[in-house]
Amino acid sequence: MASELITKYMREEHLPHIWCPGCGHGILMRDVAQAIKNLGIDQEKVCLVSGIGCASRAAGYMDFQTMHTTHGRAIAFATGVKMARPDLEVIVIAGDGDVAAIGGNHLIHAARRNIGITVIVFNNDIYGMTGGQYSPTTPTGEFGTTAPYGNIDRPFDIAVLAAAAGASYVAKGTAYHAPQTIKLIENGIKHKGFSLIDCAGICATYYGRKNKKGSAVDMMKFQRDNTITVEQAKTLPREQREGKFILGKLVENDFPEFSDEYQRIIDSLKEKKQ
Amino acid sequence: MSKRLIVNPAWCKGCGICAEFCPKKVLMIVKEKVTVANPDDCIKCGMCEMRCPDYAIYLEEAHDEE
Repeated sequence: MASELITKYMREEHLPHIWCPGCGHGILMRDVAQAIKNLGIDQEKVCLVSGIGCASRAAGYMDFQTMHTTHGRAIAFATGVKMARPDLEVIVIAGDGDVAAIGGNHLIHAARRNIGITVIVFNNDIYGMTGGQYSPTTPTGEFGTTAPYGNIDRPFDIAVLAAAAGASYVAKGTAYHAPQTIKLIENGIKHKGFSLIDCAGICATYYGRKNKKGSAVDMMKFQRDNTITVEQAKTLPREQREGKFILGKLVENDFPEFSDEYQRIIDSLKEKKQ
Repeated sequence: MSKRLIVNPAWCKGCGICAEFCPKKVLMIVKEKVTVANPDDCIKCGMCEMRCPDYAIYLEEAHDEE
């Protein structure tokens, strides 16, 4: 028993999913399904690739061509799929640890190449599946099972990192702002080059508990009350931007796309031969 | 076409997100499951469906019923 959207785009026999009560990943996974539905893309033409972690379980739940691969390597596998079948819509779902720590190198080089895949980050600032270790996006001073006295690392801003590495579409969404996040994911998928949508999730079980953020409802309220738009972020002084969630598109441009450029070389060599 | 609110208690984990952010306070969590407490107040906005992490509540087109 499920809505039309879920019946069509999810593998109902694997639901309910194993994510915790109030997990933001469930909301974000639905956002991805809704975005694909809104775009009217043929389900068989979508290849969803994931690595390892809570977020990466999405490839098991979602009913497309799917690959559940190794830790941090989803973008590498997705690159292979895109080069072999440039006609496919290749989408990566990854957690913050998967994409920015273990797979950090794949992320920056895929962005630099501007290969036409869409990376959707379910960013909950912690390693949930393995028990709450701090991740590359855990804010300084916050707690994890591996940071019992507070995290002394400075966090990555994955969206800014991807933009600096050359990604041609970068946006930020949140679990709370579902309608806006769906639209940003839609635009990311439509975009020709490398797209990344960094979505702030909710992990009440580990991140919330370790940092006394309350329940999933409390964390959703916090997101609602502490989100500013990209435009507001540009005008606000730095101290007022601290700790805020950002919502909206950061970057969009038309750098040449990698699989197109590769095809251009093939075509030019064929022409020479004739 | 009119819509109706459907609850799937088997998938509900009782997180309370739907009830908290329902603009009309239509929903309640009773014994860790969502309940449609005030169905007449529902404006069919669909925010519960959009934010339910477990797809346990949704709007469905109401087909002709006798």
